[in-house]
Amino acid sequence: MNILQHITNGISLGSLYALIAIGYTMVYGILRLINFAHGDIFMLGAYITYYGVLFTPIPWWIVFILAAVVTGIIGLLLEKLAYKPLRGSPRITILISAIGASFFLENLGIVVFGGRPKAFPTPDVFNKVINIRGVSTGLVTFIIPIVTVLLLIALTYFITKTKTGMAMRALSKDYETASLMGININRIISITFFIGSFLAAVGGIMWGIKFPQLMPLMGVMPGLKCFIAAVIGGIGNITGAVIGGFILGLGEILLVALLPGLTGYRDAFAFVLLILILLIKPTGLMGEKIAEKV
Amino acid sequence: MKKKIGLIFLSVLLVAASLSGCASKETAGGDDEEVIKIGVFEPMTGSSAAGGEMTVEGIKLANETRSEVLGKKVELVIVDNKSDKVEAANAASRLIEKDKVVAIIGSYSSSLSMAAGDIVKNARVPAVGCSPTNPLVTLNNDYYFRVCFIDPFQGTVMANYAFNDLGAKKAAIIQDVQQDYSVGLSKYFIDSFKKLTGDDNSIVGITSYNTGDQDFSAQLTNVKGLNPDVIFAPGNYGECALLIKQARDLGINVPILGGDTWEAPEFIDIGGTAVEGAVFSTHFTSEAPVTELSKTFLSDYEAKYKKEANAFAALGYDAYMVILDAIERANSTDSIKIKENIATTKDFVGATGTITLDTNGDAVKSAVIKKVDGGKFVYLTTVEPN
Repeated sequence: MNILQHITNGISLGSLYALIAIGYTMVYGILRLINFAHGDIFMLGAYITYYGVLFTPIPWWIVFILAAVVTGIIGLLLEKLAYKPLRGSPRITILISAIGASFFLENLGIVVFGGRPKAFPTPDVFNKVINIRGVSTGLVTFIIPIVTVLLLIALTYFITKTKTGMAMRALSKDYETASLMGININRIISITFFIGSFLAAVGGIMWGIKFPQLMPLMGVMPGLKCFIAAVIGGIGNITGAVIGGFILGLGEILLVALLPGLTGYRDAFAFVLLILILLIKPTGLMGEKIAEKV
Repeated sequence: MKKKIGLIFLSVLLVAASLSGCASKETAGGDDEEVIKIGVFEPMTGSSAAGGEMTVEGIKLANETRSEVLGKKVELVIVDNKSDKVEAANAASRLIEKDKVVAIIGSYSSSLSMAAGDIVKNARVPAVGCSPTNPLVTLNNDYYFRVCFIDPFQGTVMANYAFNDLGAKKAAIIQDVQQDYSVGLSKYFIDSFKKLTGDDNSIVGITSYNTGDQDFSAQLTNVKGLNPDVIFAPGNYGECALLIKQARDLGINVPILGGDTWEAPEFIDIGGTAVEGAVFSTHFTSEAPVTELSKTFLSDYEAKYKKEANAFAALGYDAYMVILDAIERANSTDSIKIKENIATTKDFVGATGTITLDTNGDAVKSAVIKKVDGGKFVYLTTVEPN
């Protein structure tokens, strides 16, 4: 019975990683930019929800949606301020700008929100505990994978079937030709960042429900781990990111569960996995099979 | 336009950077000769932020209450050690070398204090810890003192509580392997619990996690399979609140006990109804003031911060008062003389009780047991040292 419980725990954690990794991988897929500030956007999403739920009379589910939209707009502004002025520069310059943006948001968080943790105002519905034949878990364990899969379907549809999605794919294939074909590059990039940050905020809200402790640096570790999940799946590939997230979550839980002596190496496990995948299959699990990157 | 936006961004960045600068001077001092500088290094951000902030509140209050000694103004130099061992060592060096403080207060968390141990020893500047309870903080270090009890006592208190009050025969330990506090306190609990039960197998399992972990489901699932009567889980308030919440979600219904670090409002905020019934030992309770100064401290604290006082603020208050008392008795601001006088602190009446430092520089004090009940910390009992 224990192993079933462990697998449930692993899926619960993995789906959360998957959710955050989607946004990471999408921005990379289109702009070839590793948005290191993604984890901090995730943190902002969680904090905005916190203030929205506690200090406005708006019902929580509307706050959840509004917070994700507001976070999306912040992501869009971040792109305008930190990445757009560098668009013609070498990739490494933009990467460093992304790291700078990340540190900026973290320190801004400390100044604005304070260093002491805040408790995420989880709506009571989510506090329900479900027990099926000895396997006990919170309701949120079922909600997160559903949200992840729904977003995955919606995003895939958006990218493959809509005109904007087509423009995104064109952009990811060839930036300059796409602009010559009359695609409004600025608009498409803004939309990409909006969606990416929107997804980060949804991840932040789900994370807050599962781990109701908000801190200005809460995005750092999840940010890194979800980056790893995205690389495992083949960075740029959305389905791959979801698979990578599940592998990472399950792997971590099973490592701690089956080899308790290695608990201290839990975070190291993720990084070892990253090194291994880069050595053995740098394109990631899904990187080559599906030629069409998004 | 692009340039303008860039400039605005840059200026915002600079403002934020200057705001987040880690040191802040509390009282404007005049000439260096006229002020006595006392350094404070506490975690104001990171995993121990709440503890550090509560302590600093107490220190600031003490500084307002008694702002002068030997006719000179006392200035606090407060540095954030970011709940990080490397930052803690840097913070202590900075206070000594750059700010030239005569004595240091801090830090919450034993590991952070120990990180500064060799630095204060080599620089010969005395440090007084407010709440680091691991014995190693002051052991073999003539320059480190503390105004709180130590973990061999705290561990015994909680083992007694588990065995006598809860009737537990089997205990499981969940410890934070990165915190000397957590590992040390667990060890003393284990020793004591084994002695009480007379059974070497009474500890059914010891599981570990790391500071900053959020997910404890794997460890807890293993603990659940061991069927303990009680779980002892000393560690940071944040991690432990999440741990207890996840334990309850997994259907673990046995009592969960901890140590003094649990006393932070965040513990209840984050844990919510899950932490109801959690029991821990701490240093002080506002429900049973022990000295005249306790009452003054409580009323001053409530007047200044408009909230109920806590053990860490009281210990911060006492650490400051002990240093000032030593400076007064030394009649000098020489660090070595201050150190000698701190070491001889005897029957000093503080907010948390009467403080007498033993040969290791540790205070021998009673412990208070508290329980979370109805979303509040409720006083259960006081345990005297023997």
